[in-house]
Amino acid sequence: MATTLLAIGTRKGLWLATSEDRRDWSLSAPHFLMTEVPSIGIDTRDRRRRLMVGVRSEHFGPTVLHSDDLGQTWDEPAGGAIGFPDDTGAAVERIWQLQPDSADRSGVVWAGCEPISVWRSDDGGESFALCRGLWDHPHRSEWGAGYGGAAAHSVVPGPEGTVHVAMSTGGVYRTRDGGASWQPRNSGISAYFLPGPAPEFGQCVHKIARDAADPRRLYAQNHHGVYRSDDDGDSWTSIADGLPSDFGFAMLADPRRGGRIWVVPLVADGERIPPGGELAVHRSDDAGATWRRLATGLPTHEYNAVLRDAAAVDAGDPVGVYVGTRRGEVYASADEGESFRTVASHLPDVLCVRAAVLP
Amino acid sequence: MTVRVVLPRLLADCTGGRTSMSLDLPEDGTVRALLDALAAEHPVFDRRVRDETGALRRHVNVYVDGEEVRRLAGLVTPVPAGAEVMVVQSVAGG
Repeated sequence: MATTLLAIGTRKGLWLATSEDRRDWSLSAPHFLMTEVPSIGIDTRDRRRRLMVGVRSEHFGPTVLHSDDLGQTWDEPAGGAIGFPDDTGAAVERIWQLQPDSADRSGVVWAGCEPISVWRSDDGGESFALCRGLWDHPHRSEWGAGYGGAAAHSVVPGPEGTVHVAMSTGGVYRTRDGGASWQPRNSGISAYFLPGPAPEFGQCVHKIARDAADPRRLYAQNHHGVYRSDDDGDSWTSIADGLPSDFGFAMLADPRRGGRIWVVPLVADGERIPPGGELAVHRSDDAGATWRRLATGLPTHEYNAVLRDAAAVDAGDPVGVYVGTRRGEVYASADEGESFRTVASHLPDVLCVRAAVLP
Repeated sequence: MTVRVVLPRLLADCTGGRTSMSLDLPEDGTVRALLDALAAEHPVFDRRVRDETGALRRHVNVYVDGEEVRRLAGLVTPVPAGAEVMVVQSVAGG
């Protein structure tokens, strides 16, 4: 079997794990020690092995680096891969998302950042241009900051120039022209923390994912609420029935099979721990109609959260599922979540995991 | 005129391994001019200490002869001949 790479971004560095069978893992020494790594992209398109990371030092700010040799060496453009144009008067605080586009747009990589902004690279993540349509959006002054900061934290490219982003707070926005213009798409998503009926925008959507079989079908883990859209985000309906809680941060979609998704529930906004103090993922194989709790190999005494990007899937067959906790534990499943094994323990808080079967 | 610059060890990989150096500046040099001169040689170092607006990062301090420049005139604080300018990370993080 091919090698699988699991990249683990934490509050104090990056660890790389590799495995030939996704059961026994070799863990690297830390990269970027004492620097937080909130975003990772693994680009295997055109048989690349490019690893991109958005790192951030509390002292020395954020930057994007990439490696084409699995972390043996890192490249950082002298002028920086990402930076606001002078006229904006803004500065990047944190890179929340590095997302390769689809295989047919091989050089395109998207970034989502704090302050709320979306960026596009056409050179594989070596330089990014600000999507002015979203930056200059008339809603900007009304977007807010979630607890983690005001960020576009999820970028989900789709076919034919469609991209969905999720921001906290602001909710879901969609472009159909490659990022030139953006419209809010939050109909049906609650915003219990705002008075009155749910607004057109302003929701705190924690994570979105796109269905593998139907690109117009999307899933969302909201700040209370789990939803599905069957019409490209135009409307959302609840799929939270059957889950122990509708709160959580992660939302994963199977890259191979339509209708299969995973969430990692937490009790509530005011109680951000796994229900019953037992970590579990919940999987649906029917687009959220029914759910099954999966916890084999996961800790039965766990009072730490799984953050929005600290869960990932690979594209292996069967699909691998990965979760990392704020306790610094990372678990891997080689069988679509049926059972997990511990990959790493006692790391700093896990902020981001990404995994890919290497070409 | 010549000034002496002391740089953080944590950024030595951005300055060719150097943690101190002498720099030639114009007579009316400022902290900004000094950082610009450093940036010309060490652009990654510059991005570590200033953001893309040119502002000093919040947890980076610059001292001119022992005085923190935020208490003086910020980046337009004059740098006199023979001064020692220290760039150092503040106490932050956990």
